[in-house]
Amino acid sequence: MNTSPADSGILADKNPLNFSKEQIMDPSTADSGMLDKRRLQTVKKQRLQDFIFHKVTLSFSLIVLVSLIGLLVSLAMVAWPTFKKFGIEFIWRVEWDIINEEFGAAIAIFGTLASATIAILIAMPLSFGIALFLTETCPTWLRRPLGTAIELLAAVPSIIYGMFGLFIFAPLFAEYGQPALQSTLGQMPLIGPLFGGAMNGIGILAAGLILAFMILPFIAAVMRDVFEIVPPILRESAYGVGCTTWEVVRHIVLPYTQQGVIGGVMLGLGRALGETMAVTFVIGNSQRISASLFSPGSSIASTLANEFGEAADFHLSTLFALGLLLFVITFFVLAAAKILIIRTERAKGLKT
Amino acid sequence: MNSAIKKFAVAAASALAMVSAAHAADITGAGATFPYPIYAKWAEAYKKSTNIGLNYQSIGSSGGIRQIRAKTVTFGGTDAPLSGAELDKDGMVQFPTVLGGVVPVINIDGFKPGELKVTGEVLAELFMGTISKWNDPKLAALNPGKKLPDQSVTVVHRADGSGTTFIFTDYLNEVSSAWKNKVGKGAAVKWPAATSVGGKGNEGVAANVNRVKGAIGYVEYAYAKKNNIPHLQLRNRDGKYVDPDDKSFAAAAAGADWFSVPGMGVSLVNQKGADSWPITGATFVLMYKNPTDKALAQDALKFFDWAFKNGKQMALELDYVPLPDVLTKAIAEKVWTQIAK
Repeated sequence: MNTSPADSGILADKNPLNFSKEQIMDPSTADSGMLDKRRLQTVKKQRLQDFIFHKVTLSFSLIVLVSLIGLLVSLAMVAWPTFKKFGIEFIWRVEWDIINEEFGAAIAIFGTLASATIAILIAMPLSFGIALFLTETCPTWLRRPLGTAIELLAAVPSIIYGMFGLFIFAPLFAEYGQPALQSTLGQMPLIGPLFGGAMNGIGILAAGLILAFMILPFIAAVMRDVFEIVPPILRESAYGVGCTTWEVVRHIVLPYTQQGVIGGVMLGLGRALGETMAVTFVIGNSQRISASLFSPGSSIASTLANEFGEAADFHLSTLFALGLLLFVITFFVLAAAKILIIRTERAKGLKT
Repeated sequence: MNSAIKKFAVAAASALAMVSAAHAADITGAGATFPYPIYAKWAEAYKKSTNIGLNYQSIGSSGGIRQIRAKTVTFGGTDAPLSGAELDKDGMVQFPTVLGGVVPVINIDGFKPGELKVTGEVLAELFMGTISKWNDPKLAALNPGKKLPDQSVTVVHRADGSGTTFIFTDYLNEVSSAWKNKVGKGAAVKWPAATSVGGKGNEGVAANVNRVKGAIGYVEYAYAKKNNIPHLQLRNRDGKYVDPDDKSFAAAAAGADWFSVPGMGVSLVNQKGADSWPITGATFVLMYKNPTDKALAQDALKFFDWAFKNGKQMALELDYVPLPDVLTKAIAEKVWTQIAK
């Protein structure tokens, strides 16, 4: 049963004539016209089976495409009244007034992008370090358990991160983290205002930190995988001419895997953009843009999660419009990631 | 041996019968989250005594209205009552089922429940952000002799749309013209205070108030009581300072003229009466006058009739206030008779 469809077409165990492979392949055995006819029938039958199999699998994959388009169209249809009322301006309007039905997506888009950017800025160097350690300097016996531990982090449901964030991380962050940040980075010119304001422990920065923990295992796993595709001969040659580990990574591994690394980061970014529950717990859920990263905000996903239950009519349409925007943003991020990863693999000749 | 098998077979058959009977007669409802705990408790007790189940999904008031309009449920639940015109348009009736109160809660060091007094106007100013420090002269004037800290006020509100928010903003809307002009009332509003934090659900608000020093928020009474979060004493319409409890909620409902508004959608906030808690609200049920499944609709009415008669103690245990007998009798006579059998 492990044969591929192409094989089973010719060599199925149900072969009615009990031909061996050689008999079918070799034309010299086909001296009898009777036999020829029966064989022709078999071939015809198997062709038909192949044809049906092909069409059935094709329709399966088309279902995915059709539902994707259906999703987009239905989102756009319900969101239409919003875009009709506010036009494209909806994207950069800073307003969220449910009672007076004045809406704009800027607050939510800002919160989404800001928390995801913080997450990436923290998770990227950390996961780079993890991947580097795992592939270059880690003792072999530690490699397995460490790698598994990181992958296990990825399996933790996001609501757990949210609860951890609100009930354990936020109080500690308000007590120790935020005062420390305010007294150091907060005193600096230019970036000082980012760390000003009330210290509640929740807000955009807290959301970014929790997101960083969530996407770290994803990025680290992708980075480790792409670091491993560097041909050993390149690496060993570099070590052979006397390079240090850092020099090997800097001049051999990184240039070789550059695009794959970026692709991995983008995958993490895609997840950070769409994360809902963990963010809803810690972002503070206030519809406001503020200079300080300590202040509460809201992301597209958290707004949807919070307001869907009690939304009606136009408000509902606005939420669909937000959903559509999130769809578009994540689509572009993931498409860019995919393109970069495919390019890396193609450049290295792993895929054609 | 034989008899054991027989017994088993009988037990299995009766279990099967029970399961199928329950399936056939389950009442379905969806909507407001506020009454969910009491509906669930009533449903459990009702199932024990009649073997008819109730499946109530707490998806929010707007969701409940959507579901009943889509006719996927036998009844919808909402905290914000529909207007008479809307009810007529859909051919629905509306009646209250249970009362409850919303209480403002604070986190200031050294203040026990009910120690801080405010008026409605001051409460609105606190939530608007125009009073931004706890030692504001307006608060000091209402609380002579109390040592108020020089601490900023952090407003904690519901992040999700909620009937609790509706009742609370309905009250602020009633007592403060500034609030009425700037914010309004609804299941979710644009919170004007510069430092406001949203929490998901009553538990999210409670958690944030407990954590942030100088926080003020609002939760359903049961949450404040269970978690022992200090509440504020509020001055009611008669000028008396009252604490929230089932008696002050009942006092607020006592003066209401339920049938003065079509669909019984009277607002119970800021009611007259020396003992009335001013932020009291009811939760409502929506049903079709001419339901598609008439038998199921009657089952639902039987359930509420049973709950009105037998569910009072359960409601009080969960810190809800049951409707007075006069009112439930009037509902049965004036409202339920409109539903076609």
